[in-house]
Amino acid sequence: MITVTGATKRYGDFRALDDVSLEIPAGSLTALLGPSGSGKSTLLRVIAGLEDPDEGSVVISDRDVTAAPPQRRNIGFVFQHYAAFKHMTVRANVAFGLTIRKRPKAEIERRVGELLEIVGLGGFQKRYPSQLSGGQRQRMALARALAVEPEVLLLDEPFGALDAKVREELRAWLRRLHDEVHVTTVLVTHDQEEAMDVADNIAVLNEGRIEQLGTPLELYEQPANEFVMGFLGPVATLRGRLVRPHDLVLSREPATGAVSATVGRVTHLGFEVRVELDSDDNERLSAQTTRDEARRLDLRTGEKVYLTPSAGPQLVPEPASAA
Amino acid sequence: MRQTAAARLSLRTLALGYLVCLLVVPLMMIFFRTFEDGFAAFWDQVATPASIAAIYLSLVIVAIVVPLNVVFGLVTALALARGRFPGRGVVQAIVDLPFAVSPVIVGASLILLWGAGGWLGGVAEAGFQVIFSLPGMVLATIFVTLPFVVREVEPVLHEIGDEQEQAAATLGASRLQTFFRITLPSIRWGLAYGVVLTVARALGEFGALIVVAGGVPGESQTLTLLVHSRFIDDQNTFGAYAAATVLMGMALVTLLLMTVLNRKREAA
Repeated sequence: MITVTGATKRYGDFRALDDVSLEIPAGSLTALLGPSGSGKSTLLRVIAGLEDPDEGSVVISDRDVTAAPPQRRNIGFVFQHYAAFKHMTVRANVAFGLTIRKRPKAEIERRVGELLEIVGLGGFQKRYPSQLSGGQRQRMALARALAVEPEVLLLDEPFGALDAKVREELRAWLRRLHDEVHVTTVLVTHDQEEAMDVADNIAVLNEGRIEQLGTPLELYEQPANEFVMGFLGPVATLRGRLVRPHDLVLSREPATGAVSATVGRVTHLGFEVRVELDSDDNERLSAQTTRDEARRLDLRTGEKVYLTPSAGPQLVPEPASAA
Repeated sequence: MRQTAAARLSLRTLALGYLVCLLVVPLMMIFFRTFEDGFAAFWDQVATPASIAAIYLSLVIVAIVVPLNVVFGLVTALALARGRFPGRGVVQAIVDLPFAVSPVIVGASLILLWGAGGWLGGVAEAGFQVIFSLPGMVLATIFVTLPFVVREVEPVLHEIGDEQEQAAATLGASRLQTFFRITLPSIRWGLAYGVVLTVARALGEFGALIVVAGGVPGESQTLTLLVHSRFIDDQNTFGAYAAATVLMGMALVTLLLMTVLNRKREAA
């Protein structure tokens, strides 16, 4: 378990972390999600000991490590740009932590062999990082971090430098790996889909503070505020309330409480159909519907429809002065 | 801009001719004069006690200066590339000072500092001779060669960044282990190139040494001073050519090393 209490980090006048407290359950995979500059990477680096917080404490497995250097926190850290040791073979990279700990040669040999099999780099022991693809380098970096059997695994935008297809493969692979190894894992990402795909829990950060902590479903269905709702998915405004575009039910018949609107552009994106609308309250919004539904309604530009929000989350945005 | 074949050819000829006239011909002349009367005559001039002592002294100076510059250069380059401290800009400027200051001035300033009546002149009066002896020559050579290691290593440190070092720290490596296992191997070709430049510059130094070295044959006369002394004092032009050829031989070896290292460095 990782417990961060009251962590604050300033760079000059900029508050990268503003009194952040967070508990990460043992064995879970938690994502720190937020836009760039939200403090998510700083929080991860504070947990790792790569940054010293100005205030606050970090406890890993009941041990206060606030003053401990990264060497003595028993962590594994994976960097966005791999941080591969370029002058070492894949084997030496993965063995590094064990070599430093002066483990017996036979043990190192066995463990490195095992780990490279797990990450699918069994035949690459004698290669150099420059001879690997980005995805392979990141898997090597993961094996290197796992070799020392860390209590916590910290991943800083680990798939950020990879192209979309490799990223998705590695994501699924990381989730499977976590289900096998069960090491407490913290993943930093700015991609809400990535966070919802792999994480058990998500902490949404904004301007150095945690806006909300919960499971992906909780965050999506019960967002604590406008920021969380907007960051996790698309948002439309209907009669001053924030709703999800796919929670808008379109109808040809007026109903009580329904808002009438004029159809603008209709875009077919395969299964999903996006409908731009101008409501009679002078709000411009877009609704999401399915291909079948759109066909049934036979939507055409300039025609009238009636909108009712269905079951999903609804929020009244806070007045601007409160932000 | 497109060039005609003729224009391109004449430009190349001009550039090549310029290099040949200014650099190759003068050096070839020395080489030619040295071996005009055969190898034995050359060897007679090289094997004199004064000449052997001069070669030895030049190499001793290199052997002292290079390790000192490597240690100082690495520490300074690391501080400049990794540290954030007040006065960083001043250090940057000071490191480049030897490029700007004429070696003769370096020699003169050393005499003012260490010579009789200088701030540190007391050291000589206490029996430790600095000026006109080896320590003074070493100090002068360190001064003129100081920037090379720093200036070759610092950009490499910037380029590799500090993520590998951070990764090593999270894997349990101490600062010292990180330096020897991660940082040093990453900058090795840049460092080697800096060392070769230092050696070349140290062997060739003349201006500062002619001021601070006594130039006593067999005691305080380096190879460059020997060439000068044979020319001016002994009127022994052939001897000067022979000593110059030895110096050129050493320079040629360093030049070869430079080319090889430069390739390695760019490939790394």
